[in-house]
Amino acid sequence: MNKATLFWINGPVVKARPSAGFAMKEAARIGEAKLAAEVIRLEHDAVTLQVYEDTTGLRPGVKVVGEGAPLTVELGPGLLGKMFDGVQRPLDKMAEAHGDYVTTGVHISGLDRDRNWTFAPAIVAGTRLCGGGVLGVVQETPALEHKILLPPQLRGKITWIANAGEFTVEEPIARITDEQGVEHPVTMMQRWPTRTPRPFAKRLRTERPLITGQRVLDTFFPAAKGGVCALPGGFGAGKTILQQTIAKWCDADIIIYIGCGERGNEMAAVLREFPELDDPRTGRKLLERTIIIANTSNMPVAARESSIYTGITMAEYYRDQGLHVALVADSMSRWAEALREISGRLEELPAEEGYPSYLPSRLAEFTERAGYVHTLENEEGSLTVITAISPPGGDFSEPVTAHTRRFVKSLWALDTARAQARFYPAIHPLDSYSEYAAQLAPWWRKKGGLRWEARRDRMIQLLQEQARLERLIRIVGRDALPAVERGLLVCADVLVEGFLRQSAFSEQDRYCPPEKQAAMLGVIDQLLDSVEQAVNSGMDPDKLIGLPILRRLKRMGDDIENTNLTALETLSQDLERTISELSND
Amino acid sequence: MIDSNAHLTHRGLTGIRGPLVFVRKTGNVGLNHRVEVVTGDGETRLGRVVAIDQDQVVVETFQGTDGLALGKSGVRFLDEPIMLDVGKGMLGRVFNGVGEPLDGGPAINPDKRMRIDGSSINPVRREPPTEFIETGFSAIDALNSLVRGQKLPVFSGSGLDHNRLATHIARYARLPGQDEDNFAVVFGAIGVTYEVADQFRREMEDFGALERIVLYLNLASDPSAERLLTPRMALTAAEYLAYEEDRHVLVILTDITNYCEALREVSASHGEIPSRKGYPGYMYSDLASLYERAGRIIGRKGSITQVPILTMPNDDLTHPIPDLSGYITEGQIVLDRDLQRRNIFPPIKLLPSLSRLMSDGIGEGLTDPDHPAQAQQLYAIYAQAHRIRLLSSVVGEEGLSDIDRKILQCGQQMDTRFIQQQNKRRDLAETMAIGWQLLSSLPDEALSRLSDAQIARHIIPLRDA
Repeated sequence: MNKATLFWINGPVVKARPSAGFAMKEAARIGEAKLAAEVIRLEHDAVTLQVYEDTTGLRPGVKVVGEGAPLTVELGPGLLGKMFDGVQRPLDKMAEAHGDYVTTGVHISGLDRDRNWTFAPAIVAGTRLCGGGVLGVVQETPALEHKILLPPQLRGKITWIANAGEFTVEEPIARITDEQGVEHPVTMMQRWPTRTPRPFAKRLRTERPLITGQRVLDTFFPAAKGGVCALPGGFGAGKTILQQTIAKWCDADIIIYIGCGERGNEMAAVLREFPELDDPRTGRKLLERTIIIANTSNMPVAARESSIYTGITMAEYYRDQGLHVALVADSMSRWAEALREISGRLEELPAEEGYPSYLPSRLAEFTERAGYVHTLENEEGSLTVITAISPPGGDFSEPVTAHTRRFVKSLWALDTARAQARFYPAIHPLDSYSEYAAQLAPWWRKKGGLRWEARRDRMIQLLQEQARLERLIRIVGRDALPAVERGLLVCADVLVEGFLRQSAFSEQDRYCPPEKQAAMLGVIDQLLDSVEQAVNSGMDPDKLIGLPILRRLKRMGDDIENTNLTALETLSQDLERTISELSND
Repeated sequence: MIDSNAHLTHRGLTGIRGPLVFVRKTGNVGLNHRVEVVTGDGETRLGRVVAIDQDQVVVETFQGTDGLALGKSGVRFLDEPIMLDVGKGMLGRVFNGVGEPLDGGPAINPDKRMRIDGSSINPVRREPPTEFIETGFSAIDALNSLVRGQKLPVFSGSGLDHNRLATHIARYARLPGQDEDNFAVVFGAIGVTYEVADQFRREMEDFGALERIVLYLNLASDPSAERLLTPRMALTAAEYLAYEEDRHVLVILTDITNYCEALREVSASHGEIPSRKGYPGYMYSDLASLYERAGRIIGRKGSITQVPILTMPNDDLTHPIPDLSGYITEGQIVLDRDLQRRNIFPPIKLLPSLSRLMSDGIGEGLTDPDHPAQAQQLYAIYAQAHRIRLLSSVVGEEGLSDIDRKILQCGQQMDTRFIQQQNKRRDLAETMAIGWQLLSSLPDEALSRLSDAQIARHIIPLRDA
């Protein structure tokens, strides 16, 4: 083991010497408290480390001990339903051992060493297996059967496999002899360096949507499984609520929720709420499919930098089991600030706004870990990354937002004006986009009928037209608009209030299934047709204002049960009848 | 300040720059640990170790470096971070920005010494805040509800009535229908004028609540680096009162802008690379280390609710100080010059104001089952009225449709009948009654945030009357 002596301390960054023997990204321990640290720079006479814990009280002269390996996360059964800090220390265990506050020098491993898991083998001795092959399964939670995989770097012949039974994550459950004839014991736990992507067989083109149950997203700006989406918005625009809503209702098998430099009370609320909410697909509790990484804003800054890597490595591990994983990171701006703080203390030459010049490449490295893949076992799995961005002053031209835009294909721009009017989700339909819409259209045609695409395009045009007309009204007044355009405005209002608006707190409307979304889209399409026809045959569109049917349309998300698609048909028929009666008057 | 474990005075001062003192390196110093800087005539000043270099230790002093000399002054490195003595009898006392008594009373007989930097609460041990606090102000209670354990700052501007708002909240905030005796107020004055601090004290005296408050005063004339300590002293006292004495503590910190200015000043003297407008890149984390000390802890009776006040430079909501604060706090109450000119108190600008924890603290079983829907509807109408007002300024009021005119009128009445209340306290029931009254002037189609049942329950009876 390499040893060095500390001589320079500046916040979370420290230097020690001699540097001989240390490697970049090597994990290390500092002092008697054994603070966790990582090598971030090597010079001929000094090794620079970032420390993942509070450095208060650290003195020059203490020993730094290298661990000879990079910082890793522990992967295996026992991750689901847990909350970890940025370097995978389980926060519940930490509280049991050290009380109400996060303390330093805590050494609790990520996976519980004492817990027994019921392992059931899937192969017999003598089987030849490659890395990523399935050795057996463990029922990790009632909602999830966890596949125990051979670590990716191993291949060879299984010489022994355990019978079904109870094992801890450290007990061998198999032995494998590799091509050189060396035998390796295999446990249910594997370690993986956080900054190295886990391997897969092949990247696939993504053609399946990640359904979030949010109409404005699924219908207008869809996320694809394996895709990358970003969610920029000023404070109070509703990023966190939207991220949490997605984490709750999206149709992924596993959710990794990373609170990166965010509020403690929010993490507590997630932890309080998720065990009580039912997963709409499995009927089990949401927490059973969720892992939370919490490194709140007042926890050490280097661990914040590390938290997103800890999270995404876990996400890849479940993806490798042939699962669909969604990773929600709130917020990447706090991660970038952590990067900036460390960089500043290293006295690196800053690029834009003090951020280091490697910010965009780090961002790209992270988002590229998303994807829809064939796993090493040739199963389909995906990792979708959804990141929130907190641009200073709500200015989307700042470096983190600007660089993120280069690497994402779906951008959900949050609009402060909408949020201030308590219009949620406050997604600006004209500033947002999704490049996945075209490749997901075949899926939607199957769910929502052949005209789905045409309807969607029509609605986006309607919103564009609405923006134009509203600008015009500010100059000439509403009465000066021709009847056709006044009719369009009535329809646009229904689209905005009845379709785009959706309350995260409504029992009914917080999740809108795709079938209902498509049917609602159909109702509004019908409204456009009827109004257009009526106006063309001479009806004054102002007669529509105040019609009770419009109020029913605006509340259809909330008032009509999610499974009751016939009610939407009835609504559509009532609508047609009312308007034709009106135009015949 | 004599400490038994104080080390010998170290005389190796090699430089003084702004609030920083550079000392020749010695082995026995810990990062962030307390330092006593000793002037030539034996006076000691408080400092802390902020960095340890190749060959020197950097000490940040909080009480100025005036009069320090390289040859004559020295430092004592202490073996612990900066601590505050806490104990019984803190309520009713006045301290300076570093925690020394200012009221002529004796020093606190310590039950405990607590680290002023606090520690991060383990998120799994946090109790999510859900108890609605009635402040008596409609614009807050109905639309931006405060809950126990929340941090809800007031974003104000110079010359606005934020101090009056804060004193009223300090006095009147309580759980609905209760007047408890286990509440306490900690007031941290950061770089404010003597007058502001004194006025707060006098008003609390008028309310007869002086024995419930603790004041930590760093006045405008005090050294600016000391402002970095004052809120930490105040919060440490609050933690003692909340978690050791089981009190519900309201912490008012004013003015966070002065704190951030001090942070920038100290950062500049370190020669750090600045981020926006010269403020240090870690200002977000630094502010978080204050704001995140609000909350509740599972199994402990007390709570800490924070109402920090900051004056936005140039009334600019996107300035780094309100901007970074808004990203950390759980909402904000924004004050408005226009409303204040119209003599509306509290001059709360509804649209940019927000309480993030509101949805956890109101509704069925907590306040009124229809409270969330009413808040949504009032907000939607107010935002529409705002838009219609802009429109009518171009096309004239005659150009508006009938329904638009009604919405505009309703929005105007919200200013004069709902937000406006001067010194008259309203309970939530009164506030909501006014809310329904205002909404009842509108036809159903304007009320798309209310269900048919809610309209039948609250609106129709009022229309009929």
